[in-house]
Amino acid sequence: MRLVINKIVLFLSTLAALMGLMFLFWILITLTLKGINALNIHIFTNDLVNNGLRNLLIGQFILAFLAVIIGVPIGMIAGIYLQEYSFDNKYAAFIRNLSDVMMSAPSIVIGTFIYAIVVMPFGHMSGWAGALALAVMMIPIIVRTTDDMLGLVPRELREAGIAIGAPKYKVIFDIILKAAKVGIMTGFLLAFARIIGETAPLLFTSGNNEYFTLDLNREFPSLTVAIYNLSTMPDKNLVDIAWAGAFLLTLFVLVINLLGRYIVKEKKR
Amino acid sequence: MENIFKRLSALNATTILFLLTGIFVVLFLYAKPAIKEYGIKFLIDPRWGVSINPNKPSNNQDKAVVNQDNENIVVEEEDIGGNVPVDQEEIIQTDEEDIAINDEDALSQKSKVIYGGLIPIVGTVLSTVIAMAFAVPIAMGIAVFLSEIAPFYISKPVGVAIELLAAIPSIIYGMWGLFYFGPVVSRIFGGGSVGLLVAGLVLGIMIIPFMASLSRDSMNTTPSVLKESAYAMGATKFEVIKDVIFPYAKSGIIGSMILALGRALGETMAVAFVIGGVFKLPEKITDPSVSIPVVLANNFAESSGMSLSALFYLALILFVISFLVISFAKFYFLRDKK
Repeated sequence: MRLVINKIVLFLSTLAALMGLMFLFWILITLTLKGINALNIHIFTNDLVNNGLRNLLIGQFILAFLAVIIGVPIGMIAGIYLQEYSFDNKYAAFIRNLSDVMMSAPSIVIGTFIYAIVVMPFGHMSGWAGALALAVMMIPIIVRTTDDMLGLVPRELREAGIAIGAPKYKVIFDIILKAAKVGIMTGFLLAFARIIGETAPLLFTSGNNEYFTLDLNREFPSLTVAIYNLSTMPDKNLVDIAWAGAFLLTLFVLVINLLGRYIVKEKKR
Repeated sequence: MENIFKRLSALNATTILFLLTGIFVVLFLYAKPAIKEYGIKFLIDPRWGVSINPNKPSNNQDKAVVNQDNENIVVEEEDIGGNVPVDQEEIIQTDEEDIAINDEDALSQKSKVIYGGLIPIVGTVLSTVIAMAFAVPIAMGIAVFLSEIAPFYISKPVGVAIELLAAIPSIIYGMWGLFYFGPVVSRIFGGGSVGLLVAGLVLGIMIIPFMASLSRDSMNTTPSVLKESAYAMGATKFEVIKDVIFPYAKSGIIGSMILALGRALGETMAVAFVIGGVFKLPEKITDPSVSIPVVLANNFAESSGMSLSALFYLALILFVISFLVISFAKFYFLRDKK
C-alpha cells in the first residue's frame, strides 16, 4: 500500500511538472512562431507611424539606460553602506528588509507615485518620468546585488588593505569593489534585463509616442507600452507588429539572463 | 574624504527608507480627498462612477474641486447611469473641451458621482485566489520533481528553463493569455475568452516559475544525512518528501508562496489583457471583472479630480496590502536566510 501511494504521488508530481512545463513552452513556442512570422526588415527601419518598431526599441533602451544611470549610483553606494559601514547592525538589517520589501512592491504603484510627484507638477507625461519610475524599481535590486556580492569578498582582503594604512573608502574602491567586480556587473545586467521588460510603471509616466524622438521632456516611445496598446487593436497588422516586439523583447531578456548565468559560471571555475 | 563618503553612503541607504515612506505619504496625500469623502466605506461600496442625485444640496463637491486643477469636474459632472465600463470614461475624456465650457452650469445642478472600491478589490482577491489555487499544486509538483525525482541531467536544464521563464516580462504572459489561452479556457469552462477565471489562470502560470524555483532551492537545503537516514529506515520517497523534506523546508516553502501571492496581487500587465476591464461584480467565475492594478492602468492617465483621488486611494490600498503581505513573508518565514 505504501508503495502504491508512493508511486501515485511521484506520478502526480511528475505530471504537475510536465503540465507546468507544457504551459511555459506553449508560451515560448507561440511567441517564437508569431514573432518570427511578423519580423521583417521594415520593423527595424520604420517608426511606429509607419508600422515599424525602430523608435520604440530605441526609446525603451534609452529609458532603461537612464534608469541605470540614476539608479545604479544610489543603489550601489547604499549597498556598500550596508555591507561595509553599518556597525549599527539593527539599522542595516532594517534597511535590508525594507529594500527587499520594496523590490516586490507592485510596479504600478510606483507608476502612480511618479505620476503624482513628476507628471502632475509638470502637467504632462515625459521620458524623464518614465526613467525615474524605472530607476525607483531598480534601486532595491541594485542594493541587494551589491550587498550580496560584497558579502562574498573575503575578510582578509579588507584587513590587508587597512593594515597597510589605506583609508576605508580607498579599500572599498580599490580592493573590495575590484574583487567583486564580475558579480556586481552581472547583477546589474540582470537588473537591466528585469526593468527593460516593465510596462506598468511606464503606462502613465512616459506614455507612448508614435514618432522618433530623443526629447525626454515629451511623451516618450516605449516598446512595452506600445505592445500593450497595439495588441488590443482590431487591425491584424498592428497585432502582428506587437508580436514582433514581444518576441524581440523576450529574446533580449532571455539572452541577457543566459549571458549572466554563463559569466557567473565562468567565474566560479 | 573618508567622512564624506561615509556620510554619503549612509544617506544613500536611507534613500530607500525615504522612497518607501515617500510613496506612502504621496499616495495618502493624493488619496485624501477620496478618503475624506468616502472613508472606510470605500472598501465595501460597489459603485464606481455611479452618479446619484443628492436630495440635499451637498457641499461635498466643493471639497472634491478644491484639491485639483481646472479639468477636474469633467468626469464627476457627467451624468453616467449604471456601471461605467472603461471605454465610457475614455469617451468622456475626448469631449473634455466641450464639457469644460458648461462647467459652471453643470456644477450647480448636476448630481455627484460616487466612487467605491469594492469591485476592483473583489476582482483582485478572486483572481489572486484562483491563481494561487492553480499555481501552488503545480509549483510544488515541479519543485519536488526537480529536487527529488529527476536525475541530475534532467533537473539541471529544466531548472534553468524554469528560472528563465520567471524572467519573461509579464506583458508576454498577458498577450499569450489574450490570444491563445483565453479562447481555450472559454471552450472548456464556458463564458467569454476574457474574465476572472482566465485572468487568475494566467496569473497562476506566471507565478509558477517563481514559486517553483524558490521552493526547490529551499527543499535542496535539506541535509542529505536526514534523507538518507529516512531511506535507511525503509521509507519510500513519498514518505521522505512528506516527513523529512517538507518539515525541514517548511518556512522557505510557505515564504515562497506568500512572496508569489504578493507578486500576484500587484501584477498589472498579465491581468490587464485578460480580465475584461468591466466594472461589474462577477456573478460567475468566468465573468469579466476588474482588479486594482488594472483599474489604475486603464483609467489613471485620463482621470482627474475625485476619480483620480479615488484611484490613488485604490493604489494606497494595494500598496499597503502588498507591503503587509511581503513583510509578513520576509519577517516571519524567510528570516533565517540572513
